[in-house]
Amino acid sequence: MAGLAARVLRRLGQSVLVLLVMSFVIYGLIGLMPGDPIDLMIATLPNITPDDIARLRELHGLDQPIWQRWWQWLTAALGGDLGNSRLYGAPVESVIAGPLLRSLMLIAASLVIALAIALPIGILAALRPRGVFDTLANLVAFVGLSMPTFWLGIMFIMLFAVTFGWLPAGGVPQSGAGLGETLRHMALPVATLAVATIGQYTRYMRAAMIESLNQDYVRTALAKGAGRWRVVLVHALRNALIPVVTVLALDFGMLFSGALITETVFAWPGMGKLIFDAVMGNDYALALAALLLATAVTLLGNALADVAYGWLDPRIGRGRKAP
Amino acid sequence: MVIFRFGLLLAALLFVMPVQAKTLTIGITQFPHTLHPTIDSMAATSYIMGLARRPITAYDADWTLVCLLCTELPTLENGRAKVVEVPKDVGDGSGRGIAVTYTLPAKAAWGDGTPITTADVMFTWEVGRHPQVGISAAELYRRILDITLVDDKTFTLVMDRVGFTYNSIGDFGLLPAHIEGPAFAEDPAAYRSRTAYDRAPDTKGLWFGPYRVTEVSQGAQVVLERNPAWWGDAPAFDKIIVKAIENTAALEANLLAGGVDMIPGELGLAVDQVIAFEKRHGNRFAITYKPSLYYEHLEVPLDSPMFADVRVRRALLHAIDRQLIVDKLFGGKLTVATTKVSPLDWVHHDGLSPLPFDPAEARRLLDEAGWAPGPDGIRRNAEGQALSFPLQTTAGNRTRERVQQVLQAQWRDIGVDAQIRNEPARVLFGETMNKRRFAGAVMFAWISSPENVPRTTQHCEEIPTEANAWTGQNYGAYCDPAMDKLIDAIEVELDRDKRAALWHALQEKMVADVPDLPLFFRSEAYILPAWLKGLRPTGHLNPSTLWVETWSVDGR
Repeated sequence: MAGLAARVLRRLGQSVLVLLVMSFVIYGLIGLMPGDPIDLMIATLPNITPDDIARLRELHGLDQPIWQRWWQWLTAALGGDLGNSRLYGAPVESVIAGPLLRSLMLIAASLVIALAIALPIGILAALRPRGVFDTLANLVAFVGLSMPTFWLGIMFIMLFAVTFGWLPAGGVPQSGAGLGETLRHMALPVATLAVATIGQYTRYMRAAMIESLNQDYVRTALAKGAGRWRVVLVHALRNALIPVVTVLALDFGMLFSGALITETVFAWPGMGKLIFDAVMGNDYALALAALLLATAVTLLGNALADVAYGWLDPRIGRGRKAP
Repeated sequence: MVIFRFGLLLAALLFVMPVQAKTLTIGITQFPHTLHPTIDSMAATSYIMGLARRPITAYDADWTLVCLLCTELPTLENGRAKVVEVPKDVGDGSGRGIAVTYTLPAKAAWGDGTPITTADVMFTWEVGRHPQVGISAAELYRRILDITLVDDKTFTLVMDRVGFTYNSIGDFGLLPAHIEGPAFAEDPAAYRSRTAYDRAPDTKGLWFGPYRVTEVSQGAQVVLERNPAWWGDAPAFDKIIVKAIENTAALEANLLAGGVDMIPGELGLAVDQVIAFEKRHGNRFAITYKPSLYYEHLEVPLDSPMFADVRVRRALLHAIDRQLIVDKLFGGKLTVATTKVSPLDWVHHDGLSPLPFDPAEARRLLDEAGWAPGPDGIRRNAEGQALSFPLQTTAGNRTRERVQQVLQAQWRDIGVDAQIRNEPARVLFGETMNKRRFAGAVMFAWISSPENVPRTTQHCEEIPTEANAWTGQNYGAYCDPAMDKLIDAIEVELDRDKRAALWHALQEKMVADVPDLPLFFRSEAYILPAWLKGLRPTGHLNPSTLWVETWSVDGR
């Protein structure tokens, strides 16, 4: 237990350092992008004067060196002030709140569905490699993996919204809408995200399970008379889940910020779209907060994965060295 | 059985006839970053604002300046406009300004019932010209030297110069002093992030159009409901929902699925997409194309030796079959441009026509200019320099990328090598164009209002340089004192006939000098439900929503 606490604390310390470095890297990278917000403004405002430009640059702090702006941001952020979004003219936390909730709804639902389908399929496929079920499972997995998200999304819309009219083609439910309406709006984007994820996790689970089933301890357990399903689900599965958990931890952060295409196709404004707009619009405060949140989610996912490793294989928790 | 069939028919009729007539859902491709009327300028903001607010003046669908929040358009003839003396150190330095008097409609009121008064006008001016507020389009507020309040409804603006657009104050975005006043007074620098337009956009008193904003789902949709305080004709719909769907394929699918009722031309699908849509589903919708003031053209750096010679520019233009592009790629819905003055503008010179497609003439001009065909078919000058340059546009703009392919092929036919090198819009406009870092031809569009004087794009003073902080939009660096004189003269000429003559001279000069390579004027394509009547596209910066009260269901 003490080992786990120490590991979590160490991870937290590392995470803070990573976030600090990331904040500077993100700030610097946005700063290096060609065309600052005022440059873009000049292009759309024919009558803007050099005085206006100087005034606006000063107002947005763009007349200072980048490291200075970053330092100001950091000290304010440590004091709890994440700043105002330049694009939306509102405090960053209030701009992020809605998209964050919507992204979490989408990601959580799609991951739960994907794992609920992919893990059993992967396990069953691994029991008889190259059998009929394995071949079918592989086929389905490859189809899911190879279908571009934007294409699949449009196909779902055409089928379920345009042809059958069962589900809304996109958008978010109006405020005050009930659970049923919310689920109807979520159905297609969740299904789109889940299809690709199902293919991916089926492949990981299958590969990891085949490897586990070929281990000596599995053969030993079977030789000792343990039931087949007990061996598969208790002995082999725990080990096979380790690589899957690793991928899941990495994916969580990526899905959090990377569901841009699905969000765009289904007009579901989440974190992906928000980050894209913030970066393209040179909205430093918003981009920083959103990207750091994505980084934090990835780090959190990895920290949880560490804890899960300890549960799945106590040897990892004890940090035993290889012989 | 008969009853069953009748029931089905009734159900079907109820479905297609506007059950939804009480709610109109509009799908657009952009979501406004702010709903504040003046802080930022975005097409999506203007579109939505059109439903919930009114500018004092605007250009209508006939491209005529009209009063929307005033009782009578001020003119010199009706005495509401008078030339006055102003200090010589302001405006154009002539010492002449103009005083213009407007009267707000007697019944005009904010959505909470508070009357709209001249106090709101004063407050708006104060906010607009405050250096710390960060209004990007601050020019109009700066040009107003003084405001005199005649009474609660009448006010006189003193402008710092005399110009024929003296009575056009569409950029004056009226703000409610009773709501926005305290936030501004407390800290003008923080006003931008404290405005109720973004913090509490459902505040009734912010709006004064036929509709008021009742709900905003950031990035997704804006819901507007009838404004009980609206003093004009009652609009047809109880509720209008404006949904933002950036992906045009998804937007189209939403239209087919009934998720949106209409896609407006201002922020909808490109013409070629609508033409394809019309072929498949045209019978279900009313599709309208409106020629617009979007001027698609190619900008070339005139200070580069390659493009400095007008014969080269003329040759490049002769080599493009613009009518073929319009016919084949855009179903003939676009208009080939002669200059940047639209044929629909009253100042257009009808005696001029676009340079014809004539590859033989193009080759002759290039030969004459010293560009002879090389062994690889690409022309070279005496120094051996190839007639080769980058051809750029905004990456990801499918329509422009298709035109680019044609341009490349047609120029190749006369021995010109154009290499496609596209950039994202923010890089192209934020850096490459702004800072004049382009070496070849760049395809993009200008949007303007009717009778828009091309000062910012063709006056010598408007060439972006480091010294002027890269302001101005004369990216091609065209500079001719004769053109400057014409521009200066047009701006201050109040007599329409004399101004028309100046405009004609200006267009003749444009045709002779080819300061940029005109391609065509875009059209805006509207996909409307067959039952929606009364929507008149404008084709310019003032959106059709400004006249939403004239929209109706089947003419009722």
